Amino acid sequence: MLSVENVSKVYATRQGPRMVLNDVSLQLAPGRNIGILGRNGAGKSTLIRLISGAERPTSGHIRRRMRVSWPLAFGGAFQPHLTGLDNLKFVCRVYGVNYKPLVPFVEEFTELGIYFREPVEHYSHGMLTRLAFALSMAIEFDCFLIDEAMVVGDVRFHERCHVELFQKRKDRAFILVTHEAHVIKLYCENAAVLHAGQLLSFSSVDAAYDFYQSTMTEHAAQHRD
Amino acid sequence: MATITDTSFFQRFAIQRRVLHALMMREVITRFGRDNLGVLWLVGEPMIFTLGVATLWTMSGLNHSSGVPIVAIAVTGYSSVLMWRNSASRCGSAIEQNKPLLYHRSVQTIDVFLTRIALEIGGATASFIVLSSFFIYIGWMRAPVDILLVLTGWLMLAWFGASLALLIGGGTALSPIVERIWHPAAYLLFPMSGAAFMVDWLPQNLQRIVLLLPMVHGVEILRQGYFGNVVRSHYDISYMAVSCLVLSLMGLYIVRQAAKRVEF
Repeated sequence: MLSVENVSKVYATRQGPRMVLNDVSLQLAPGRNIGILGRNGAGKSTLIRLISGAERPTSGHIRRRMRVSWPLAFGGAFQPHLTGLDNLKFVCRVYGVNYKPLVPFVEEFTELGIYFREPVEHYSHGMLTRLAFALSMAIEFDCFLIDEAMVVGDVRFHERCHVELFQKRKDRAFILVTHEAHVIKLYCENAAVLHAGQLLSFSSVDAAYDFYQSTMTEHAAQHRD
Repeated sequence: MATITDTSFFQRFAIQRRVLHALMMREVITRFGRDNLGVLWLVGEPMIFTLGVATLWTMSGLNHSSGVPIVAIAVTGYSSVLMWRNSASRCGSAIEQNKPLLYHRSVQTIDVFLTRIALEIGGATASFIVLSSFFIYIGWMRAPVDILLVLTGWLMLAWFGASLALLIGGGTALSPIVERIWHPAAYLLFPMSGAAFMVDWLPQNLQRIVLLLPMVHGVEILRQGYFGNVVRSHYDISYMAVSCLVLSLMGLYIVRQAAKRVEF
């Protein structure tokens, strides 16, 4: 069970403290999943980083009773001077896994060719995303945190991610955050909307979808005035 | 505020051991890299400095009448500087250079600092041993008189370096101004640190001032051990220990504050 209990996050800005998440709670049982919709800047990535433990909440608790992945997004988790292989070794050492048996899978999945042994700083955006995805598949997690990872990359990459994550690992839990409603409709059994710092849950994915659409039109109307 | 996971103390210990090992391997790659001769420079840099100082002092005829060989003063002095200056400087940039790795929950801010401190102290120790063995071998230096006292001085300097590094590293993570101040401060501290003089050579009022600096005591202990009773040293190990303790606690507190504010 993963539970987020009354979590708030305040960032210091030049204009004073800014509350990005306000008293957010969430529960996720093993093997279940939830999609979180939110507009750009709604705090989706912040929530994912807090759940992963990369950042700490200003108040509230996060209890992880399963192995939760790091935020699975573009190459956030890489040291730029290290090669792809070095980064694989680093991640494996941190999570206590032998890296050697994983090299073929990562090489094959990322299709990096000789760049697998070149510093990550020379990678393109697409290469970083493929490496990030492959590394998080290499380590066994019970719950994946997916931050719009499916949005970047080409169709072929999407398909391969789909196979790895939603077919081969369909017994795992995941939290997917995105601003694209159709992605959530496609993959998630539950949905919530992050709006004005609060996480609103809905009885069905469709209800969440409708609400999200209404906040979008409301937002558009405000900007027309 | 807390993040709760069901891990026991021993599990956490094992995790931290893994993380420190992973970070150490990562640092070794970039510090002693593939393309440059990093390991060689570990000894090469202090070697050039020592030879330079020895040449300058011999040429200017400033060789002290105290009978203390200048090469030994330079080796013990510069090695001591490496102990506190390098770990602090390397920790200043540590978070910026390793930030992506903090994405992994078990990699904590303090681990990044501890790794760099261990690497710098290890490096300075290796260069000290290699350099003094070399100079002893070619006869420019004598072997240390009291190796236990040398070790005591060295460990005290390591403690001072580590606590200073936590302070500078954590401080820089909170505000980049700390690193800006640290660079000129390090240059100013260098001539006052006892690297190039012994306290006994100074006038008494100046002695009192330099002895306020904890590392001066460390260098004095080190040299007392190295030269024995040929030199007169001035040090107070309890003053240095208390200073290091206070700095350590301040450093740990600042690192804790910095860790709370890690943002991506």
